[in-house]
Amino acid sequence: MAKVKGDIVVDIERCKGCEVCIDTCPTGTIAMVDAVNGKGYHYMQNVNDACTGCTNCAIVCPDGVIEVYRVKV
Amino acid sequence: MEDTLVKSEIIKPENRVYKKTDLMTEKVLSYCPGCGHGTAHRIIMEVIEEMGLTEDTIGIAPVGCSVLAYEFMNVDMQQAAHGRAPALATAVKRLMPHKTVFTYQGDGDLAAIGTAETIHAANRGERITIIFINNGIYGMTGGQMAPTTLPGMKSSTSPYGRDLDMMGHPLKITELVAQLPGTHYVTRQAVHTPSNVRKTKKAIRKAFELQHQNVGMTFIEIVSNCNSGWKMTPVQANKWMVDNMFPFYPLGDIKVDGKMVEG
Repeated sequence: MAKVKGDIVVDIERCKGCEVCIDTCPTGTIAMVDAVNGKGYHYMQNVNDACTGCTNCAIVCPDGVIEVYRVKV
Repeated sequence: MEDTLVKSEIIKPENRVYKKTDLMTEKVLSYCPGCGHGTAHRIIMEVIEEMGLTEDTIGIAPVGCSVLAYEFMNVDMQQAAHGRAPALATAVKRLMPHKTVFTYQGDGDLAAIGTAETIHAANRGERITIIFINNGIYGMTGGQMAPTTLPGMKSSTSPYGRDLDMMGHPLKITELVAQLPGTHYVTRQAVHTPSNVRKTKKAIRKAFELQHQNVGMTFIEIVSNCNSGWKMTPVQANKWMVDNMFPFYPLGDIKVDGKMVEG
């Protein structure tokens, strides 16, 4: 079975920490981090390697801070 | 094999499957964290980009939270007086019929001060697309009660909840314009989950396509949140919207191809 592996790049300075993306991730790859960005918001990051590149998080992100990459392995 | 795949091998331009469209400017959105406006802006711009209408689209910004929409949408934009976006869009479309013209309005703009303009533009069957963001509150000015505020819903001017005896009933303006013969496609969507975002995007695409067939007005309501005005976190606000807004403002097509959808 073809497997896909994905990854995201987050523009952490634009992230406002709304957490809307967290629930949409089917693999639990993303989470809020304790650190804050220049505006003082906690931001989201990928915390493990389970990402499949489904783009759910990027599609619901109101500020469009997420870029998604996907490869077949 | 996959164990050896490191981050740098995945993150390459040829593997990119999603990136914010270039039709959104680099300016940081002025909206509160979690506000549906940002998603709505982005999918409109994505549709315009996918349809190749970048040079041929004119958007009309309203008064309200999205008054600065022209700062974020990298297409030709104008900004109308409060509630008058459909009137301005009428003029633009009549002078330049080959352009795609859309208005982007909130409920305080479209359903309150702009009711006359909205109803008459719809009744005249202007070939424009109205995108109506309904969050049941005046968000920009501090969460006052709007015509669309739900019965019993608390706002800064109805602190004990909307009392129907004193403040009247909420206005379902989308159902109202669907009754008019001038509208061709009327639908209600949301942008809080990936599937809803995709459905809304399809609806916007359909509306823009219909605009060039000279069939009448297309009207898309997007039920959205106002977490600041509702005094909730964005995730709670989305849940509250599903539990309370959707029963009163049910999602789905209301009028398709000029005919009311039975339901």
